[in-house]
Amino acid sequence: MSDVILTLEHISKSFDGKQILEDFNLEIGRNEFVTLLGPSGCGKSTILRIIGGFVRPDAGRVLFEGRDISMLPPEKRNVNTVFQKYSLFPHMSVADNIAFGLKLKKKSTSYINDKIAYALKLVNLEGYDDRDPLSLSGGQQQRVAIARAIVNEPQVLLLDEPLGALDLKLRHEMQRELIKIKKEVGITFLYVTHDQEEALMMSDRIIVMNKGIIQQAGDSKSIYDEPQNAFVADFIGESNIIDGIMVRDLLVNIQGVDFPCVDTGFGENNPVDVVIRPEDLEIMPEGRGYLTGRVISVIFKGAYYEIKVLVDDYEWMIQSVDPAPVGDLVGLTIDPDNIQIMHKPVRDDEEVARDE
Amino acid sequence: MKRLKDIASGIYIGLIGVLLYAPILVLIVLSFNKSRMRVKWEGFTLDWYYELFSNNQIKEALITTVVLALASAAIAVLIGVPGALGIHALRKRPYKAMMTLTNIPLLNADIVTGIALMLWFVHFIPLGFGSVLLAHITFNIPYVILSVLPRVQQMNIATYEASRDLGAGPVYSFFKILLPELVPGIISGFFMAFTMSMDDFVITYFTKGAGVNTLSTMIYGQIRKGIKPEMYALSTLIFLVVSVILIAFNALSDRKKTPKKNIEERI
Amino acid sequence: MNENEARNTNKRALLSGPYLIWIIAFTVLPLIVIFRYALSDGAGHVTLSNITAIFSPIHRKALWFSLKVAVGCTLLCILLSYPMVLAMKHLGLGKRGFSLFIIILPMWMNFILRILALQMILSNNGLLNLLLTKLGFEPLHIANTETAVMIGAVYDYLPYMMLPIYTAIMEINEDFIEAAKDLGAGGFTVFRKIIFPLSLPGLLSGTIMVFVPSMTSFVISNLLGGGKTQLIGNVIEQEFTTGSRNLGSGLSVALMIFVLIGMAFTMRHNTEGKESVVW
Repeated sequence: MSDVILTLEHISKSFDGKQILEDFNLEIGRNEFVTLLGPSGCGKSTILRIIGGFVRPDAGRVLFEGRDISMLPPEKRNVNTVFQKYSLFPHMSVADNIAFGLKLKKKSTSYINDKIAYALKLVNLEGYDDRDPLSLSGGQQQRVAIARAIVNEPQVLLLDEPLGALDLKLRHEMQRELIKIKKEVGITFLYVTHDQEEALMMSDRIIVMNKGIIQQAGDSKSIYDEPQNAFVADFIGESNIIDGIMVRDLLVNIQGVDFPCVDTGFGENNPVDVVIRPEDLEIMPEGRGYLTGRVISVIFKGAYYEIKVLVDDYEWMIQSVDPAPVGDLVGLTIDPDNIQIMHKPVRDDEEVARDE
Repeated sequence: MKRLKDIASGIYIGLIGVLLYAPILVLIVLSFNKSRMRVKWEGFTLDWYYELFSNNQIKEALITTVVLALASAAIAVLIGVPGALGIHALRKRPYKAMMTLTNIPLLNADIVTGIALMLWFVHFIPLGFGSVLLAHITFNIPYVILSVLPRVQQMNIATYEASRDLGAGPVYSFFKILLPELVPGIISGFFMAFTMSMDDFVITYFTKGAGVNTLSTMIYGQIRKGIKPEMYALSTLIFLVVSVILIAFNALSDRKKTPKKNIEERI
Repeated sequence: MNENEARNTNKRALLSGPYLIWIIAFTVLPLIVIFRYALSDGAGHVTLSNITAIFSPIHRKALWFSLKVAVGCTLLCILLSYPMVLAMKHLGLGKRGFSLFIIILPMWMNFILRILALQMILSNNGLLNLLLTKLGFEPLHIANTETAVMIGAVYDYLPYMMLPIYTAIMEINEDFIEAAKDLGAGGFTVFRKIIFPLSLPGLLSGTIMVFVPSMTSFVISNLLGGGKTQLIGNVIEQEFTTGSRNLGSGLSVALMIFVLIGMAFTMRHNTEGKESVVW
């Protein structure tokens, strides 16, 4: 990366003897929108808190523009955080909340007033200056929190599940607005979420994490289309993950049937995990396609039907715009491009996350 | 820098601790002192503890104090809890009036409350245990109200309605659904009232009349003649009992709370 | 509010009936009685002299000293409490457990005995002077002085200030403090802009619980002031035990007026509809 603004080097952290992060490394470029994505407890918020200065890592360094800031207290760091629970000061008005950081920097009153007006406009809350933060809705409070962070012109804005407490519709609206704000202010966003859809929609780059370890990093498309292990495949969208045997390059055996595929380099007759997205499977009349099974359920999901087909003892999930009659025997086919081959997991963090 | 702050904090807590506990330590040491004289140490003895248990006057005062505290706190809860529920349902103006009246015994000097009650009581009842009990209930109710009222405000009426919807009667719903939500407030109100009653001297002093003594008024009466060392023994025992109760209470409530959740949210 | 709800809350308001009766019987009527005594000269004539007597030279001195002790004690308690609570918070002393324990425990020991013990420590040949001379310092003569009364008042009422401040500060969401730091606030600014303003309800409760009792106590000044220094409480007590009930009542009423004025003044700063929590 040409212009790195923030570097995490060999960060490790444990709480109460439980290892949260282990030798974590990450570089973030100037002006990038990076999302840390993972299930709760995966360590993503801890990274944010380490960068913000609220948690001191057990080992490793945080570099800001090449300078080690690991030992700096939060108030001395040129990053600001939008907290999950907004954390607006209850004894100050909206304007005083936004002015908080600027007053500490001893900015002039006129500068502060201009900034407040600008920030409130940016987050669509013009005229809310004198309101009591607790009288605002969740979405409005979150906008104030964003305004309060942004007026300080941080080089990096840390967002800790900022939309987690909002309802679905508001969340979608705020996602679009955050992208707009990001474009307008032109600073680096480091975003934490467990919502894969949110990550896919907003980010330049997604870091998928599990158990404190990076599972995969890349743009939305590569994460979605080419998951590198079962955990990522399962966490990002819905997938059929099934055992297979790599017969040789370009040929994989699933449920006793050979499928042509596009992957190479997995050796010969090696066990592998095969990932197939439900929308990539196609239902054919009985007798055609690679596999034959019985339709066991059909659920209308609005834009598509979710169809389950039992082949031997595996339930395939298929998303299709056309329904299929329950109980019928059908064939299943797939384009070789859409078969994703992965190595079997070697560590437990690469496995499909099970509900505990 | 952080270490320095740690050390400074520790030292400061230590200093305040000495201020708060040095006199208590003196009392404990004196309870084992052979001398009847105050300050001189003349050797270790347990005599005062033996004499304490055979001293009927102290025993009586102790029983009076504890019974008074328990009874006044309990009655204050019985009047205060419905009181808080009722006050909450009042419209703005009567609500304000009731809260002002509630605050009077808290704001008024003890000596004024004590004298006013005494001047009032002499009109229709003899001063004695009964008058002291009425006085203690009077200054205890506000503590119960102020502990319970915030809980009433937080109370989720929807759960009560859900209970009625599921076929429970109003009384059953109150005891099964609403009351449990108030319990923490009731406990702290009772605890507070009990403490205030145990600790009171001034109001008891003015309303008790002759013949009745709580520990406080008995000690006050002894000051001129000199405090009996049995009192030191008694206060040492009280210190021990209260310590044990508080430690047990803490251990219990610490176990109930799970701070883990908080940490997990932040990972 | 629909009709049904209105009727329900009306019915529920009746629950406060017994309490209202209690207030009238044991708070309002006694106050009326004390006013009647205060406004009477003992021979059945109405007079204001019992109340205005508080400004007579002898009583003025006691009133002045009472105010001095009350203001001084309250300020000292505040100044001692904040660092204590912040130090406890800083060291994370078992959140509620240990900290509450060391604050509450002294409140459960009989205060007259504790004041007597303090007297033994402060007296001219007491433990403090013993320690000082052992260390090679000059002994102090604080027994039976105003200073001793002040120390006693601070010692006795400190927990009542510490407890509400402790409760208020521990209830402050850690997120607010982190947010302030995130926006560039250092330790002192965090205290000045976040912790202190959010602890004001606790400070107010503490002030109520310390100011009035320290102004009107008569036991502390009896024991530590050696009878030479008189608080207004001592004067009232003496009037009731050996003097005139009417004068004692008049002084009580005057005291009550003082307290109410003081409280109205304090409450003005807290009129944003937030209830103060005493416990």
